[in-house]
Formats: sequence, C-alpha cells, structure tokens
Amino acid sequence: MKERTATGAAKGDGAEHEHQEGLDDGVSVVPPQAAAPASPGTGTGPDDEPAAPLAPRARLLPALGAVYRAQLSRARVARIPLLFVATFQSVGIMIMMRGVVDGGTEARFVVSGASVLVVAFVALNLLAQYFGQLRAGGGLDHYATLPVPPAAVVLGAAAAYASFTVPGAVATALAGGVLFRLPMAHLWVLAAVIPLSGAALSGLGAALGLLAPRQEIATLCGQLGMSAALLLGVLPPGGMPTVIDYARDLLPSTYGVEALTRSFAARPDWLMVGADLGVCAAVGVLSLTAATWAYRRAAAR
Amino acid sequence: MRDLVKTYPAARGRRGADRGPAVRASDGISLDVRRGEIFGLLGPNGAGKSTLVRQLTGLLRPDSGTIRVLGHDLVRHPERAARLLGYLGQESTALDEMTVALAVETTGRLRGLDAAGARSARDAVLTELGLTGIAARPLKKLSGGQRRLACFATVLIGERPLLVLDEPTTGMDPVARRAVWAAVDRRRAERGATVVLVTHNVLEAESVLDRVAVIDRGRVIACDTPGGLKERVADEVRLELVWRDRPPLDVAEVAALRPAAQVSGRRWTLRLPADEARAAVSAVTTGPAFAALDDFTFATPSLEDVYLSLGGRGQGLVKA
Repeated sequence: MKERTATGAAKGDGAEHEHQEGLDDGVSVVPPQAAAPASPGTGTGPDDEPAAPLAPRARLLPALGAVYRAQLSRARVARIPLLFVATFQSVGIMIMMRGVVDGGTEARFVVSGASVLVVAFVALNLLAQYFGQLRAGGGLDHYATLPVPPAAVVLGAAAAYASFTVPGAVATALAGGVLFRLPMAHLWVLAAVIPLSGAALSGLGAALGLLAPRQEIATLCGQLGMSAALLLGVLPPGGMPTVIDYARDLLPSTYGVEALTRSFAARPDWLMVGADLGVCAAVGVLSLTAATWAYRRAAAR
Repeated sequence: MRDLVKTYPAARGRRGADRGPAVRASDGISLDVRRGEIFGLLGPNGAGKSTLVRQLTGLLRPDSGTIRVLGHDLVRHPERAARLLGYLGQESTALDEMTVALAVETTGRLRGLDAAGARSARDAVLTELGLTGIAARPLKKLSGGQRRLACFATVLIGERPLLVLDEPTTGMDPVARRAVWAAVDRRRAERGATVVLVTHNVLEAESVLDRVAVIDRGRVIACDTPGGLKERVADEVRLELVWRDRPPLDVAEVAALRPAAQVSGRRWTLRLPADEARAAVSAVTTGPAFAALDDFTFATPSLEDVYLSLGGRGQGLVKA
C-alpha cells in the first residue's frame, strides 16, 4: 500500500493506513484545512443564512399506527411458522404435564403458564431478536433519520408482536381448559392478560434487544427470558425453593399467569385478579419506558 | 445569493475513542455545498465517506466541529436532521420484510404525511420510479438493484429539500440508474433540492455531479467540479497496454516504459504527458512490440487519474 497523503499530514505518527494519535491532544495532527472549497462566491458566512422551514414531525399516534401496521404485515410474512411453533410448544407442554398433574390448582397453573408462554415466546424472545438484529444491521438508521417519536417505534413494534400472540394464547388456553376440564366461564380475562403481559414482556424484550451489545447476546437474552417464563410459569409454585419463589416474583409474566390462574376458579377473587393485572400494567409501563430509552440510546450512537 | 449549506471544520474521528488507537474517520473536513447542487463525495471504501454523511444526518455526533444545514445547527440539534433531509443508507434491514408499497407508505407516514397524503405520494413515487409492477412484493424477495431502488423510493416520499444518498445505485441496472438520476434532476429543477451523494463509482461521479470532493483517509484531498479536477491532470493521458502473452522487454522502448507502468496481469497502465504517450503509442504499434500487443487504449484523464495523482491509495474505485 502506498503511503502518500496530501499535505504530508501523516508525518509524526508513522501510521500506515490510519492516523493514530494520542487521545484528545490531536491539535498537532490536524492538518491545515485540507483543500477548503476552491470555488468562488462562498463569501457569505454560513451563519447569516436564513433557516429553512422544518418539515413537521410525525405525531405519536399516527406514527405508532403506521409502525404497528407495518410490523404486523412483516410478521405476517415472516413469523407465521414461529407462531405455530409457539402454540405447539405450549400445547405439548400441557400434554406432558397431564401425566403429572391431575386437576385442581396445579392444573390451572399449568394451563395459564402455557398460555402466557406463547406471549413470552413472541413478545419477549422474538422481539428481543428483532431489535437485536435491527440494531446490528444498521436498520435503526432508517427510523432514526425520520422525524418519528422513539416511543412510536417501540410501542408500535411491541403492540404488533403482542397482537400476534393472541391466536396462540387463546388456542392454548382453550386446549388446556378442555384437557384439564377447567371451568372456562371467565376466560375473557385473557383479553386483559394478553395485552398487559404482552406490554410487560415486549417492553422487556425490546429493551434487551436494544441494550445488548451484540446481536447474539440479544438472542441469548430473549431465549433465557423465555426459558424463565417457561420454567417459572408452567411449574406450579408450591414446594419450590425460596430462591425460585423470589425469581418467580421478579418475572413480569408471573402476574399474568396468576391472574389467569385465578380466573379458572369457579368464583374468582376479582380483587386479586385486578391486583395481578395492575402489577402487569405497571411493569409494562416501566419496561416500555426503558425500551424507549434504550431505543434513543441505540439510535443516536 | 449563494447559500452555504454546511461546514464541518475539524469533525474528528469517533471510533475506538477509548479502546485501542483512535481512527480518524473524519479528520478536519470542511465542505460547503450550495443549494440546488448535486455534490459528490468520492473515495474508495473506508475513506470516511459514510462516516461523514452519518454525521450530516445526525446519526453520529462529531467530536468537534460544526454542521449547518439550511441554516440549522445540526450538532446542537441533531433531531432536526430528520425534518430537513431524506437519507438513503447502505442497509435495508428495517424494510426487508415489508412490501415495496407498504415500506414507501409507512416511511411517508413517519415523515409526517397524513394517511391519504401518504397513499397518494406513494403511488406517485412508485409510478415515477417504475416500481408499480413489484409494489406488492416484499423487499427481500427482490434483486439487489430493485431493492435499492425501492429504498430510494422511501427517500423521495415526503419531499425533503436535501437528499443524502449513500451509494444509491449499487447493484442497479442502467434502467434503474436512469430512473434515479431523472428523479433527482426533477426534484432539483422543480424544488431546488440539494443532493449530497456518496459514491466510489468514477464514471457516475463524472456524469451526474456538479461538484465533487475527493475523500481519502478522512480528509478532503480536493474539491472542485469534475471538469476542474480533471484539468489538474489535463497535460497527462492514460495509456493502457494489454500484451498477448508477455511484454516484449527486449524492445528498448517497451523496457523503458516498464518502470512507470502499473502492472496488473498482462495489462500495463501508464500515466504520461501527452507527447510521451504519443511516442509510446507509435513505438508499440510498430515492429515486434505490435506483434506482442493484444489491445491498447489511449484516454484522457478520468477522475480516477485525478484521485491517484492527488495521492489517493488507488484501490477500490469502480469504473462501471
């Protein structure tokens, strides 16, 4: 490789193809303004220029809607097989547990855990992978160069992924109800459980994907999060070591599982269901806020 | 009045700021681009062109220096960049799984268009670029050039006064290229749009740019019109000789050319003053040298020659 640089600026460091330098003391290395514009007529200072009008920003809700729609269509193209996998996995786990558990509270936990697992699979695992991939591949640049509120990108993607869990989670809950002969009169609680645990888990997934320094780590975090949701959600809580109980309390999906479990009772304790869903909602707000912050951080490198 | 669009004194390198030796991807670059100009950044891969435009688009914050675009200070307000310019990056990951139509429409919505406005702008842009036929296909099912053109369509929607295009025509066939340059010209003629274009394609730079800055290792080594740059080496011509088998070094004239030649296989490239080149041509087109000669071309200097004569590293520029 030839070592010839205009204005001999490389002297003093001897670096071959990159200018190495001591940090922050670069004054001596900075070349004379290399080849300032040779063209005439640039006499006016840049500061006297009247500022051009700025195009409007995209407002939060329309932008969110646009991102949601786009993400949903993406998922339709690329994620349908994975949805089947998520549902089959949950149904398979229930069938497996059928041999161990025969009704009662434990069966309720198994069915709710398996239903919420579908949400965890898609919202946490797949979304963490998606954002990890987007960040690694430079895809965030596309959004970062559009005048769109960060929250719209994060919430739109999270909402799309959460929506995508609906068929699988409902199918799993129905299959489980039949399999374990649970009363399903209050299954409508799913209508609150899916969006709220979806918010909590997708926020977590998005934050993990955006914060992970490498794409592989984002994938790993998503997988681990899903495994935790599987183990801590599906296995009935009684008789677990204290550490596991604490871990269970820390996992946002637990509260979705508990709310759904309670709804399988003949006469659910609505106050507790409400409290569990409240925790889900609070965690959802927190994790989506964290994800929005993580997006800002990842977009403006 | 001449509008200065932007200036970057001393935007310094970013990468590896505290890990290992710092790399100066932008090493004290200053440039002024006028409104309505198609301004090119030419240089080989790794010269720092993309780093430069990423600073211009607010994606990277320069360590020092200022960037003014259309009267706005983008170092202080990087978020304004998105409201002033459309950026075509090198990646399409964000759009890959959408259909062309949805990718364009969504981008329009995210540039602040309302639903109806985005739809009609989408149709207009797709028609303009000849993408209507593949509008319903997902980007990742398209060929590289078609995908690039679809990404270019997302830059056009929601008209911006400044377009920043990082190697827009990579992989495109001539028809797609013409569509790109026609769209760029139309925006310049009708709206006075300014275009900053990154390229490592010499022929494209010569044919479409008003002015070009030649970038090498994070510095501007020259900045002028393509014609003005070529004038700097106007007294030289490029002579390329291709030998059938091996060069006839026993011919004295050929042996004399050997030290000045850049050899690549059977091809010799020589940059010579015009009279010497004429003498060389007459020497190799007679006698035993001509018998060994497969082909030769004799050309006026291109921007590549300018780049080399200015001390560029010489690798990585494309002539296609």
